[in-house]
Amino acid sequence: MSIDKQDVQKIAHLARLALTEEDADQYQHSLSSILSLVEQMQSIDTDGVEPLSNPLEMTQRLREDLVTEENRRDAFLANAPQTEAGLFLVPKVID
Amino acid sequence: MFEQSISTLAQKLRNKDISSVELTRHFLARIAKLDPQLNSYITVSEQRALEQAAAADTLLQNGKGSSLTGIPIAHKDLFCTQGTLTTCGSKMLNNFIPPYESTVTSRFQQAGAVMLGKTNMDEFAMGSSNENSFYGAVKNPWNLDMVPGGSSGGSAAAVAAGLAVAATGTDTGGSIRQPASFCGITGLKPTYGRVSRFGMIAYASSLDQGGPMAKSAEDCAHLMQAMAGFDDKDSTSAEQAVDDYVANLNAPLTGLKIGLPKEYFGEGLDSAVADVIMTAVKEFEKLGATVKEISLPNLQLSIPSYYVIAPSEASSNLSRFDGVRFGHRCDDPKDLLDMYMRSRAEGFGTEVQKRIMVGTYALSEGYYDAYYLKAQKIRRLIKEDFVKALEEVDVIMGPVAPTTAFGLGSKTSDPVAMYLEDIYTLSVNLAGIPAMSVPAGFANGMPVGLQVMGNYFAEAKLLNVAHQYQQHTDWHLQTPTMAKGA
Repeated sequence: MSIDKQDVQKIAHLARLALTEEDADQYQHSLSSILSLVEQMQSIDTDGVEPLSNPLEMTQRLREDLVTEENRRDAFLANAPQTEAGLFLVPKVID
Repeated sequence: MFEQSISTLAQKLRNKDISSVELTRHFLARIAKLDPQLNSYITVSEQRALEQAAAADTLLQNGKGSSLTGIPIAHKDLFCTQGTLTTCGSKMLNNFIPPYESTVTSRFQQAGAVMLGKTNMDEFAMGSSNENSFYGAVKNPWNLDMVPGGSSGGSAAAVAAGLAVAATGTDTGGSIRQPASFCGITGLKPTYGRVSRFGMIAYASSLDQGGPMAKSAEDCAHLMQAMAGFDDKDSTSAEQAVDDYVANLNAPLTGLKIGLPKEYFGEGLDSAVADVIMTAVKEFEKLGATVKEISLPNLQLSIPSYYVIAPSEASSNLSRFDGVRFGHRCDDPKDLLDMYMRSRAEGFGTEVQKRIMVGTYALSEGYYDAYYLKAQKIRRLIKEDFVKALEEVDVIMGPVAPTTAFGLGSKTSDPVAMYLEDIYTLSVNLAGIPAMSVPAGFANGMPVGLQVMGNYFAEAKLLNVAHQYQQHTDWHLQTPTMAKGA
């Protein structure tokens, strides 16, 4: 299984990673070798096998829909790169 | 003093032979003197440690506290600690001060333990050598040219060198057991869901599990007693009563049925490591255990299954690092997309980016069934192998890793070669069962860990088995030369 540089740039875009040409070259090689490694799964017959997503096969626990946490806006904003008037600040989205 | 067990130190603290502040200062001094050689800590939280030690001394003076009260330990730098830098080994979080405390570290606080600092690790717990840390590689205390293993390499090196009495680690594909093996300490990966993941920065949520790393099984039992238990803040926490791990340590091993999977002793296993493991197994026979060969036929498939499931879950988990609410943000973003793309490219290291991209690919339109779903079907086959084997035997034994610690830089150029090193540990996480690494001897001058695997929630049995072995051997008491000078 090998992927080309265009595939790498497409995946990187989906993953929101800015790659230079040089990065893309390097990742093309390493991603191809990882995808070849995982390719051996395809030869295994798994017909009728249910996928296992939780090793204990637990179902999702539900709770009452009640507010349990206090408002700690300032504490959570303290780690943000940029804030204004109690909000997270990002570059302009709509003109 | 750094070589003593938790129960010995607890007794000394209780008898007022020593105070927690003195003990904490002793370890802080050792860290200052020896850690420049190892780089096992990212942050030393001296002030927090001394405050906690003083509080512990007050409790002890009033005759209160647990066996961990006043004991100085270290936490892997992916447990969120309120007010103390938590980096996860990444540039992405090099300024992240968590506004809350993880359940694990909070339970240690309640037990009165002292936090010395936060240990180095592979970035976002992705790695088997600790060379993927933004804060530099960690060195193995037994040989400074060797890796300590990963991803909990800082915790393993710190405990081995006596820079903490014990430490926490996390294990997604071997990240407690393999560094424990490489550094000659004892480590336990509990059953999935046994220890809360709340406040543990996520790598692969269906595989991640925190656990203890210490000199002995007895010390691990004391840590597990504090760590384990249901937590309603973790939606996959197991609602299962916690055993008395310490009380169970002394059960005799007469009649213990040990299974040796033939797939763990095949091609690729270093013969010197195999010799150490077989000598350890003979020791168990002397203690009254019986041994039989078993088979885990799908072992080889754990590598492809893991390297689809873990990156897929990572690509989803790590999407939260977007430069908006916390973490690294690039300079002068021209728009929102530019901010996401450059912040993430600058904040994540190569291995992390690689795994995010593998996961993104596996989950992308048209590939989901062929990769993620297929890997989860194989995951069930791997689990069924263990379930079947554990109907016949009480515990399964084998090596933790095919080799002893390898040289720094020797495997960094070939990612697949590094992934193949995880062959004996990944399947345990895919199945969700508990497993330990127990020091069993030396090969090529470096420590070798015996892996002991057991049934779901059989942590007490594993700790008992390891403790009985440690009552008859002294491999867990060996100290690297570099640790003796201070």
